[in-house]
Amino acid sequence: MITFIIHCLLVIVMPPLLLGVITKTKAEFGGRKGAPYFQPYYDILKLLKKEAVYSKTTTWVFKAGPVVTLAATFLASLMLPLGNHSAPVSFAGDMLLFAYLLALTRFFTTLAALDTGSSFEGMGAAREVTFACLTEPALFFALVTLAKMSGSLSLTGMLTYSSSSAWAGAVTVLLTVALFIVLLAENCRIPFDDPNTHLELTMIHEVMVLDHSGPALGYIQYGASLKLFLFAALFYNIAMPIQTGSVFFDWLLFIAGMLGIAVAVGVTESVMARLRLTQVPLMLITATVFSAFSMILIFR
Amino acid sequence: MELVQMPKNLFVADQLLVVVLLINFVMLGSNRLMFCIRAAATQGVILGILPGILHPFSFHITLITVLILVGKGIVIPGMIGKAVRDVQIKREFEPFLGYIPALILGAIMTAAAFVFAEKLPLSPEHENLLFVPASFSTLVAGFLILTTRRKAISQVIGYLVLENGIFIFGLLLSETMPVLVEAGMLLDLLVGVFVMAIVINHISREFSSTDTSRLRTLKEE
Amino acid sequence: MVYALVFVPLLFAVVGWGIKSRQRPLVLLAASLVHLVMSMMAMGVDQHPTDNGWLWLDPLGRIVLFCVSVLFSICAFYAVGYLRYYKRRPNRFLCVCMLICLAAMSLVTMAQHLGLFWVALETTTLTMAPLIYFNRNARSIEATWKYIMICSVGIAMALLGLMFLAYSTHVAHRDATLVLGKLIASAGDLNKAWLHAAFVFLLVGYGTKMGLAPLHAWKPDTYGEAPGIVGALLAGGLVSCSFLGLIRVYQVFLATGTGLVFFQKTLIGMGLLSMAIAGIFIAKQSDFKRLLAYSSVEHVGILAIGLGLGKGATFATLFHIINNGLTKGVLFLSAGNIHRSYSSKSVHEVRGALRRLPWSAGLFLAGFIAITGSPPFSPFISEFGIVTAAFEQNHVAVGVLFLFFLAVIFIGLARTILPVVLGDPPSDLPDSKYQDRLLTVAPLVLVMMIILVLGIWQPAFLLRLLKDGAAMLEVRS
Repeated sequence: MITFIIHCLLVIVMPPLLLGVITKTKAEFGGRKGAPYFQPYYDILKLLKKEAVYSKTTTWVFKAGPVVTLAATFLASLMLPLGNHSAPVSFAGDMLLFAYLLALTRFFTTLAALDTGSSFEGMGAAREVTFACLTEPALFFALVTLAKMSGSLSLTGMLTYSSSSAWAGAVTVLLTVALFIVLLAENCRIPFDDPNTHLELTMIHEVMVLDHSGPALGYIQYGASLKLFLFAALFYNIAMPIQTGSVFFDWLLFIAGMLGIAVAVGVTESVMARLRLTQVPLMLITATVFSAFSMILIFR
Repeated sequence: MELVQMPKNLFVADQLLVVVLLINFVMLGSNRLMFCIRAAATQGVILGILPGILHPFSFHITLITVLILVGKGIVIPGMIGKAVRDVQIKREFEPFLGYIPALILGAIMTAAAFVFAEKLPLSPEHENLLFVPASFSTLVAGFLILTTRRKAISQVIGYLVLENGIFIFGLLLSETMPVLVEAGMLLDLLVGVFVMAIVINHISREFSSTDTSRLRTLKEE
Repeated sequence: MVYALVFVPLLFAVVGWGIKSRQRPLVLLAASLVHLVMSMMAMGVDQHPTDNGWLWLDPLGRIVLFCVSVLFSICAFYAVGYLRYYKRRPNRFLCVCMLICLAAMSLVTMAQHLGLFWVALETTTLTMAPLIYFNRNARSIEATWKYIMICSVGIAMALLGLMFLAYSTHVAHRDATLVLGKLIASAGDLNKAWLHAAFVFLLVGYGTKMGLAPLHAWKPDTYGEAPGIVGALLAGGLVSCSFLGLIRVYQVFLATGTGLVFFQKTLIGMGLLSMAIAGIFIAKQSDFKRLLAYSSVEHVGILAIGLGLGKGATFATLFHIINNGLTKGVLFLSAGNIHRSYSSKSVHEVRGALRRLPWSAGLFLAGFIAITGSPPFSPFISEFGIVTAAFEQNHVAVGVLFLFFLAVIFIGLARTILPVVLGDPPSDLPDSKYQDRLLTVAPLVLVMMIILVLGIWQPAFLLRLLKDGAAMLEVRS
């Protein structure tokens, strides 16, 4: 019960903090003071208080988009174990539901973008799904590898399992690299996409949500941070299978790890330039090849 | 996969071979020549360490290790690197087959190599090891680089990777391969790359480019 | 004694590197003569394998050594005259590489350790690369690049084949070896799957080096652009050496019993394909050096067919190694003379060479008659022997196709070579400084005489050598 409460609390409260940490890290690299750590919370609260403006050409799909996205992401978050604690919802095959819930969020985001009828947002939607075609195999291969390694089909079983296979070392390294790339790509971070830019040539995710305003935009921003939180937690579980033994310390370790990942993302964004759009598929394919390769190693 | 208790040295060797395989992918996906050369050199260094890990210490093995480390790790990359600097090119442009198809093809070939290696009648102590699949997929990766790139230097790198693939297979036999022959093979590779580097230099002077698809004068009328 | 065959050329190579460029051709000549004397002395003597079985100048090796040594001597004589004509060109690489190549070719003939054999063969490939680029122009650099890339990759495949071969012994008795004697002794229980894989890769590897169709892509370009002297060494020396590689593989397969049929059929198939492709491309060829390249493809095919037929054909095949090597030497060297005189190798410009260069053109014509297998020259005997064996073994289709391709190639070669040699030279042709000289003609005349004599009468030592060699390639039951 306590695990369940802590799980929900973390899922609800922590995500925007990660965004804050990333921004702060980038500011530190740039020699600026930067916005406070809790700025994303203020932004989201401010947006929630505002009134939404909807274009006359849009339909209910446009309004449903942000809500469905947020709901699906939250649902997915209930299936993912945080640290070494089992997830609130867990059953055999929940990894498929997890992956498809994430796909559902993408589906509705792009649908909402298309609903505006703007060619600009349509372009963003096209890019988003193109790149999704390349990241999703990477994620799937990684999940299959983990399932095979642990012999479990639920995320809790897969991720809290400490492996003793001969290939654990190599596979962990491979999946770490692959999932970090997926983490950056799925959450529209540099070098794949720049969440701050508004240049039409380069935008992917930001362009899709341009027409949203007020609470809808708040949902979207919160949903985006939640998605980042999810992928970071997934990454954490694979890259750091250390257990302290004590439940309390495990939670602390998890929180510290998540903040560490946020810093790592910030550092990556600071030291790397944005890739040219034509090079993005190459990186994504690399991630796919890495996780496919780890799958070959494990299935051999 | 059940846990097979394998000797420590074979375990380490297998992990190193995973790195070798990853380097293949990296090279298939990269167009920066210096980067590819360094990657090939890293591969060479790993191949140099492997005999030392696999076999008990002996003069023979030490000599081979030193020869390979110096040859594949330092001299050959040095020679190609010099050729790259001399002809002043940095990147491969417009390969015959794009990087993404090449990468995917490489991945498929690697998978095929794993499946194929399962079917081969290996001697019992070599089963479940990565040597044979790693050898085949490195070979194929080298061949892919060799045949799909335009720049002469990329082709030489492909040739090197191909040789590395053959060498990995040779590791299964390195205890019985006489050092003289082993050294001879390495020397031939060395001289071969040296000659190729010189030829590249002359090609760039003659054609103002190292694009081998310009070498089209000689053909049947 | 046999070691000297390898070390003497190397020693001369070191000397040649150091001295002045004017005397360098003489070093080449001296080395070749010493080598010739030594190898002739080795011809009649039966050697014993070294204790570890690595080196043994067996009859098969001696046949190739004979061919290589004689051919190299002519080339050395020719080189003196040739380099005197091109006084200003640096000749250090030419002489030194030729000598290293001679050492490597000698090592090939005596290496019984297949790994060592491979190393020596790869060395011959590499030493030839700078020589192909001797003319230093865009066309020759292109030829060099194609040659070195294709041959290096091809020979790398052969290395993989050797690894497979060694692995088949490892699977069989835990003691991986590449020493030919041991391989043959334990051939019966080698692992079949690995053996077949080894065969495929070795055939691709050595086949590329030989220029067996469809792996001959580099050959016309390289032979066309290389100086005549290099073409002669490639077509006569290196081809024989790499054919020896196939013979070594054949020896192993002979001892295994199974798999031999597959090996033989593949050889015959590739041989016939080579002859067919040569026939097609010779028919429409207007560059007489490329013409010779395709003729080389044809003869590589003949050798492969002969080896594939086995039994009665082996004697003729081994004889054909010598005949082909020497005749190709004459053809390439005399073609080189004609090329220099006309500064062109296109049949549209080169006509009536008999008027302009009577000796060279005469030799070219004689070489053409010999290489197409017309009596009384020695290639006739060996080709006739192979055809007879084909019919005797009831391979009627092979025999008929063989004869058909020979006829087609004869017509194709005649169509191109006769106008080059006969008729009147074009009137607008500028005079050339180049004329027949003693050194660039006399050795060729000598070899042509040898070919003629061998066609009529074979010395006893050669007959014994060929018989011993053929006996080694017979099925022991």
